[in-house]
Amino acid sequence: MINGLISGQILEATYLSLRRLAFGFVISITLGLLMGYLIARYKWVDDTLGFLVTALQSIPSIVWLPLAILWFKLGEAPILFIVTIGATWTMTVTSSTGFKNINPLFLRVARTMGSSGFHLMRTVILPASVPHLISGLRVAWAFAWRALMAGELVGGTGGLGHLLEMGRSLQSMDLVLAIMIIIGVVGTIIDNQVFNRMEKSVQKKWGVSARI
Amino acid sequence: MQVVLQNVNKRFQRDGSQPLTVLQDINLNIERGEFISLLGPSGCGKSTILNIVAGLETASDGIVTVNGQPIKGPGTDRIVVFQESGLFPWMNVLDNVTYGLLLKGMSKKEAHEKAMEGLRMVHLTRFAKSFPHELSGGMKQRVAIARAFVMDPEILLMDEPFAALDEQTRMVLHEELQTIWQKTGKTIIFITHNIREAVMLSTRIILMGTRPGIIKKEFTVEAARPRDLSDSVLRHLEARLLQGLEQEMEKVLKEEMGDDYSYKKGAVLSDPMHNLGSDI
Repeated sequence: MINGLISGQILEATYLSLRRLAFGFVISITLGLLMGYLIARYKWVDDTLGFLVTALQSIPSIVWLPLAILWFKLGEAPILFIVTIGATWTMTVTSSTGFKNINPLFLRVARTMGSSGFHLMRTVILPASVPHLISGLRVAWAFAWRALMAGELVGGTGGLGHLLEMGRSLQSMDLVLAIMIIIGVVGTIIDNQVFNRMEKSVQKKWGVSARI
Repeated sequence: MQVVLQNVNKRFQRDGSQPLTVLQDINLNIERGEFISLLGPSGCGKSTILNIVAGLETASDGIVTVNGQPIKGPGTDRIVVFQESGLFPWMNVLDNVTYGLLLKGMSKKEAHEKAMEGLRMVHLTRFAKSFPHELSGGMKQRVAIARAFVMDPEILLMDEPFAALDEQTRMVLHEELQTIWQKTGKTIIFITHNIREAVMLSTRIILMGTRPGIIKKEFTVEAARPRDLSDSVLRHLEARLLQGLEQEMEKVLKEEMGDDYSYKKGAVLSDPMHNLGSDI
């Protein structure tokens, strides 16, 4: 593991994986928020798209890989697609629940103050649903991370998953274990440093930290 | 006339049964600078009237105008103070108060100054940087009042703003509201189910009846300010209002409990051992 770290092979792979993850994650958050908003806003979208999303959510994202390779050819694109698909549905579901659960009083207050449209979205709808959104982000991130590993393992060029596959074919279990450890460590670090902190700061600001 | 409601009806559509009439034939004219209270038992549609004037709900039929213009939706000339403060928990007190000001296109500095002025009015400048959850219920409500007043609306709509507060805080806020109203001369439409509150504060009281919501009676409060509840005029008015409200309450309760029900115990001999022959 240390040799690997020093030779830069693992670091490079980690970097590559994280970059893919970040890309896919950003796309899926945008898509998820957008669809979540539409679902929360319009009843007919909820009845149609909402149902579809729940159905799609139950399909593991790696299942899309054959199709993705067919569509985008081998390379970066299918993996990005897998990551995006993996996180989008959960993000959609949690953001739509978040939007639906906004205290209507906040909306009324904002409307009487003259807010509407995009301004209302930016200043009230998004911040008011932040507690929901954060838990959504957290789950979406876990889904994306898994999808990424699976995608790289099967159809990858570069990245941690690909390195893992290489370790398997070279019968070098030290490499395999090292990568597993790294996957776990990266996952924990991001969860702890990013999402936990976000959650803490929101809880502090809102004054809601229930202990059961 | 600043606010005019003409033959306003409001019905709510219910699934599978006939629509529920909440307001019936409401006619109301409100002058500029009036402090008018809508008083009535719960469920009489007083909040609905306020929401219609605020533009948050629409009347089923009838005409509602403000300054001669029909109401098309919410506007910054009519600001509402709700029963709960409705402060945004993700903003500190100052940001909450400046929210509407910035929306109006005011510069940051100007809005900041104005907001501090508003907070001074409710004695909360020390808490400008606090978050809403750090404040008590009464303080939150005061912030909400400041937030409404700095918007400088022509009409201030207050939907039972003090109902959730304790008696002491309410008394203090009554005083403050009265002073602010006298200073600024705004039109205030005030909703309450508290007779004393209505009597203490308003220039005119509209007593509402329930099921469907109608305007039952109108009272003009002719008493000097600052008001004192031991004033005989107010005493008398309070008694008359109470009587009116009791009739309404009895109507509601009879609907629930059957016609035998009497709100005033002891008005009819109701000892089951000495019945008056109702079981013949």
